[in-house]
Amino acid sequence: MPAEPAESAAPSGPWSQTPAPPSGGPPGRREGEQDHTSARAVLEGPDIRRALTRIAHEILERTKGGTDIVLLGIPTRGVTLAERLARRIEEVEGRPVPWGSLDITMYRDDLRLRPARALGRTELPPDGVDGRLVVLVDDVLFSGRTVRAALDALGDLGRPRAVQLAILVDRGHRQLPIRADYVGKNLPTSLRETVKVQLAENDGRDAVLLDKRADTPGAGRERDGRDPR
Amino acid sequence: MTHTVTTETGAAAGGGRPRRLHIAGAALPGPGGALRTANIAVEDGRIAEVSDAGPAAGAVRVDGSGLIALPGLVDLHTHLREPGREDAETVASGTRAAARGGFTAVHAMANTDPVADTAGVVEQVWRLGQEAGHCDVWPVGAVTQGIAGSRLAELGAMADSKARVRVFSDDGHCVSDALLMRRALEYVKAFDGVIAQHAQEPRLTEGAQMNEGAVSARLGLAGWPAVAEEAIIARDCLLAAHVGSRLHVCHVSTAGSVEILRWAKSRGTQVTAEVTPHHLLLTDDLVQHYDPAYKVNPPLRTAEDVHALRAGLADGTIDCVATDHAPHPVEAKESEWSYAAMGMVGLETALSVVHLTMVETGLLDWAGVAERMSAAPARIGRLATQGRPLEPGEPANLTLYDPAPRGRVDPRSFASKSRNTPYLGIELPGRVVATLLRGRPTVLDGKLV
Amino acid sequence: MLHLISAADLSHSDAVLILDTAEELAQVGDRSVKKLPTLRGRTVVNLFFEDSTRTRISFEAAAKRLSADVLNFAVKGSSVSKGESLKDTALTLEAMGADGVVIRHNASGAPYRLAEWVRGSVINAGDGTHEHPTQALLDAFTMRRRLGRLADLRVTIVGDVLHSRVARSNVALLHTLGAQVTLVAPPTLLPVAVETWPCEVAYDLDSALPKSDVVMMLRVQRERMQAAYFPSAREYSRRYGLDAERMARLPDDAIVMHPGPMNRGMEIAAEVADSPRSTIVEQVANGVSVRMAVLYLLLGGSEPALGGGER
Repeated sequence: MPAEPAESAAPSGPWSQTPAPPSGGPPGRREGEQDHTSARAVLEGPDIRRALTRIAHEILERTKGGTDIVLLGIPTRGVTLAERLARRIEEVEGRPVPWGSLDITMYRDDLRLRPARALGRTELPPDGVDGRLVVLVDDVLFSGRTVRAALDALGDLGRPRAVQLAILVDRGHRQLPIRADYVGKNLPTSLRETVKVQLAENDGRDAVLLDKRADTPGAGRERDGRDPR
Repeated sequence: MTHTVTTETGAAAGGGRPRRLHIAGAALPGPGGALRTANIAVEDGRIAEVSDAGPAAGAVRVDGSGLIALPGLVDLHTHLREPGREDAETVASGTRAAARGGFTAVHAMANTDPVADTAGVVEQVWRLGQEAGHCDVWPVGAVTQGIAGSRLAELGAMADSKARVRVFSDDGHCVSDALLMRRALEYVKAFDGVIAQHAQEPRLTEGAQMNEGAVSARLGLAGWPAVAEEAIIARDCLLAAHVGSRLHVCHVSTAGSVEILRWAKSRGTQVTAEVTPHHLLLTDDLVQHYDPAYKVNPPLRTAEDVHALRAGLADGTIDCVATDHAPHPVEAKESEWSYAAMGMVGLETALSVVHLTMVETGLLDWAGVAERMSAAPARIGRLATQGRPLEPGEPANLTLYDPAPRGRVDPRSFASKSRNTPYLGIELPGRVVATLLRGRPTVLDGKLV
Repeated sequence: MLHLISAADLSHSDAVLILDTAEELAQVGDRSVKKLPTLRGRTVVNLFFEDSTRTRISFEAAAKRLSADVLNFAVKGSSVSKGESLKDTALTLEAMGADGVVIRHNASGAPYRLAEWVRGSVINAGDGTHEHPTQALLDAFTMRRRLGRLADLRVTIVGDVLHSRVARSNVALLHTLGAQVTLVAPPTLLPVAVETWPCEVAYDLDSALPKSDVVMMLRVQRERMQAAYFPSAREYSRRYGLDAERMARLPDDAIVMHPGPMNRGMEIAAEVADSPRSTIVEQVANGVSVRMAVLYLLLGGSEPALGGGER
């Protein structure tokens, strides 16, 4: 059992990633990934669409029209979600919302526990984050350590007016005093379960999967069900 | 299999000098690759009888079954390092290593400190050999004073000394001056001497670190081209032919050198040549991680050269195997490649490497090994009592070799003071069980006596 | 792969991973905080047996941007006869707990020896006339940034290939990355057996230039003419130097590179070195990014991230 659960899939650079299968095809399955045939889908495509629409509206409400917001997704799936949210908000407001990606690999507190890995992309909108309201976007909120790393990374890039957190699934088990401002779905889980978010852009379909952790003692399975190489 | 030594009369084998020895059932190499099993009786330092007869009364009995009896091995090229570098080797430790390797005579190279370029130094080395008593030590005299390559050393005085020097060499350095080489070749004719040339054209090998070829190109190490050896050998063969002198070529390492020697011999030039065990086995690609264990001069060459050297040794173009045993202290090799000393120890692995590269490949039979490792080097060095056939009346210098066992080389077991072997962990065949120097065992059961 | 000693040890995926990582890390230099916490608490030793302020500063900047502790260890006039041996130096570094040792040495292969005596990662910052893998990586990085690709790129390397660690590393790495390398030099400055290298060889610079996307000029030491490698600096420059007239033979988008330090007027004319085609200044900046990537991938995790890919 890993000492430090974290919330999202390990970020991997866009170059090292196996290309996603074409949209609409069968769910992608990457090497080393757990077999999801035993997994139960707790959210399907329409649920995810509704959740994101609701979050988009909440962001607009809570930020009074969102005139100075910047959406920053945490690679890999957080970036996809940030882009979708930006598009939703643009549909509602009729103006583009700056969005980007924030890689947190170099700020992780578990770097020494795993082999060095490829970096994800950090791409800020041209005007940066200074004085803005940054909404961090990720797929799963778990221990809170990824968000902690994201706050550190953000601090080195500039000084936002405020930072908020939007999350698709909050599965609980926080290890740090961190909470989300916008939650797509609260999903009570046990530590013996894994939560996996699939998005069409990355995985060929939209779904949130709940699965039992492969419980082979000493097998070294990581929190998201992937082998640590 | 262990070979035990017992005495018929019950007298202790180790006590005193046994006057009589009976080697039971050893295999003697004969013509055509035949091995004849016989008992060898040794008495008063000579071979008394080779027959089916049983042991004489009071003889120490040595079980020779499964062992090959060879005339005691003779090395034309040994660095004993004394005087000067006793931290690497001494005459005593080096000759112990020689006996362990089956040698009954070694030629101690002249590049000591002081250089063996006077009667005084060669007599000192000769006397140290006598005192140690593990094998005969015949000093090699320097050709030039201080091996500096400019003025002839007192070759005649060394020849006339107690050390009776017949082989002269500036080994480690080439006598590159053509005129000086000509004079040396001529001069030693007066006492039937031979110049043993370290063939290395100095300008072509300035700063050279390894064989020049694909590996040196990749590793960025300055190349030691084959032509630097071949050019000197060709020149010296022509000089030797011109003045009618004897030339010996040290540690031949290239296919081209073998070709030149073959040509020179076909013209009747009095040239002889040696090859080292390491040049019969190892190649320059071993250098790839810059381990100085493989740094040696001349350098390890290519597989093509190794094949040519084996063929040359098999057909007699190369007359003999010489170890170029070159001990170095640990720190001389524990450094960057470029700063490391050149050379490898070889006395204790020579026979096994020849077994592996020449006998197991079918290129030489055991009679051929006796010729290349004993008779030929003794003839070149003009040693009357070494390299003789195993026949009644001959001096009892012999080696009993067990060809059966195979084992990994463990430098910690060496009698040499130095451990710089390139064969660490390599599996080699065979083991020297006993060495007799004029009837006296220097090694029994694989251990020094 | 614990160490980076030879560019030939890098697989295609390793090399691409380093370049991609460097691309991300290049942004750090443009940020308000030019530092990442990644190697906090790790110690990187710059062990320099040969003066090279440029390379040392580049590695030092890279390590410091990753928050590593940096110790500079300069050994003057290294030789076994003088002072401490490489092994004793290695044992000293071990005692200081070096996680990574960046070594520059005048003897080819010294990093391999060092790697036997230290537990940390050894990074070759140039050894004798053997290799300089991070230079080749930064050159490849610069080419990819300028020209957008490496596959099938035609790279001409000109000059003293025989004594050049930069050339050896570049030939190996560019071959791995799919570029086509041509070496151009007087035959005396090419190693024997160069035909075994994965590249073309030519003696005539003028005919090679129109077929080059990249031309890389190597430093030529004037002392070489004493050893009869070429008759005079003037003749070398006339036959193998890159001046404006020769540069005009290059395709329009071709670039000119030099690993530095330059001999202006010898292998490269001042107007070429200062022209917009020249990447010489970018190469310096890119050096820091590439070295950050190497340090991160070797020292950043529980084990190095290189050496796992296909060959």
